[in-house]
Amino acid sequence: MKKKHLIEVTVKENLQLNEDYAQIIFTSSDPLPEMFPGQFVEVKIEGSTSTFLRRPFSINFYDKEKNEFWLLIHCVGNGTRTFSQIKPGANANMILPLGNTFSLPINSQTSPLLIGGGCGVAPLLFWGAYLQTHNIRPNFLLGARSKKDLLQLNEFKKYGDIYLTTEDGSIGEKGYVIQHSILQSADFNHVYTCGPKPMMMAVAHYAKSKNIFCEVSLENTMACGFGVCLCCVENTHEGHVCVCKEGPVFNIEKLLW
Amino acid sequence: MVNLNVNINQLNLKNPVMTASGTFGYGKEFTDFFDLSRIGGIIVKGTTILKREGNPYPRMAETPSGMLNAVGLQNKGVDYFISQIYPQIKNYATNIIINVSGSTVEEYIACTEKLIGLEKIPAIELNISCPNVKEGGMAFGTSTRTAAEVVKAVRKIYPKTLIVKLSPNVTDITEIAKAVENEGADSVSLVNTFLGMAIDSECKRPVLSTVTGGLSGPCIKPIALRMVWQTYQSVKIPIIGLGGIMDAKDAIEFILAGATAIQIGTANFIDPTTPEKIAKGIEEYLIRHNYTSVKQIIGGLET
Repeated sequence: MKKKHLIEVTVKENLQLNEDYAQIIFTSSDPLPEMFPGQFVEVKIEGSTSTFLRRPFSINFYDKEKNEFWLLIHCVGNGTRTFSQIKPGANANMILPLGNTFSLPINSQTSPLLIGGGCGVAPLLFWGAYLQTHNIRPNFLLGARSKKDLLQLNEFKKYGDIYLTTEDGSIGEKGYVIQHSILQSADFNHVYTCGPKPMMMAVAHYAKSKNIFCEVSLENTMACGFGVCLCCVENTHEGHVCVCKEGPVFNIEKLLW
Repeated sequence: MVNLNVNINQLNLKNPVMTASGTFGYGKEFTDFFDLSRIGGIIVKGTTILKREGNPYPRMAETPSGMLNAVGLQNKGVDYFISQIYPQIKNYATNIIINVSGSTVEEYIACTEKLIGLEKIPAIELNISCPNVKEGGMAFGTSTRTAAEVVKAVRKIYPKTLIVKLSPNVTDITEIAKAVENEGADSVSLVNTFLGMAIDSECKRPVLSTVTGGLSGPCIKPIALRMVWQTYQSVKIPIIGLGGIMDAKDAIEFILAGATAIQIGTANFIDPTTPEKIAKGIEEYLIRHNYTSVKQIIGGLET
């Protein structure tokens, strides 16, 4: 298993994407541990009295040359709101990298589909960039409530074609990702998804009906993030397994979905 | 030079710091974070005679200064532990103690019997206080009669150090402590988690799949401390104190209240290096107060 590190990292830049989302870029004076798409970090959030446990965040992007990684923060509570305000130059205490990674398609001639919903798009950017380094050009199908919730589109465009849906129709096709016309008009043999559980379940059912390879990234509530509290379990064909350690990425064949 | 060594009957601890069952896995998960030889002992995950899947998800709710869990003793069973895990961990340079749980007295005995022969397991911690299982667990630890019954049965077959982990969900914990002391327990560890619950008011539903769960973390520390202090005045056997210990200052408080050793639980989730830091912090405290041995401050509370 890859080694876990408990380290202080420094905020290089904090980009407020809009009132509910921040993209924070972290660096370190030492070389950062190598990170892979799908993995996450556990952050100790300072200054939020109601936040007792660390918070897990998916790695949004990692650049080995620049010695930096990004987190995409959706402000949903006091902890994430406080963390989203962290200033450049400030340190953050993190355990990283944690969890497993997405699996590369067996055949590099493939054009995989990466389906993200809401803040669940976070690991798909890193995954898309990583696929590019393996000469694979992915398609991104990204969905959100409305235009302002669709994040980092200019980043996604660097690595593949993007298809959009919004629930209110403010950009892209109106509806949910699973209703997007691209799913009817094109064939994909690898699907990777991250987002709200109902969305991922719908994607999993689509993949199963078409007999396509499909990996999902789960985010069950966890206390530790490294496989000891046994709180974040998902029921699988092998019984309860920790999402933080056996996951967060699972092939749908392992799940009871 | 400060002597941090303490003894729980035959069990010799290089320092009073142990890790609480269910918060430290089998130790393996922490070797990336610190050298396990720096602490007195690790108490591994609650083990039962047969494999248990535990409770359905969701099993955790964060609370003010703490958390609720409803794991429900998920483990792969004692045979799996012996064949698959023990060989990987037996050479750790610290004491490895198994937390033993069961639904019936017979299950406690059956599980314990299999552990007697393991050379590198010098002690067991009998869990009569898990609030998250329907049968057994806490049911044994909340009456003096059943607590005495299970301890008596296990004592008869287990020759090594027998620690009994007590539930705080009782009217008077000292009565339970005395009952297990009378049946030959070598030590009591207290406290396990407090029975609590969390509600999602938007959904009008409980947060935990089991509705209730066990509360841990700094929110329970003052109550745990009081229980250790009361128990110290009621029994002669050594006490292992736990409940919301986050730093060396908390640990010292438990030792002053009467604990010979302490366990770190929930803090391991937040800072996995806490046990090592606390061991160092206890040493620094003793130096600062001109003590030569940690034994000099056990129960040293001046009232």
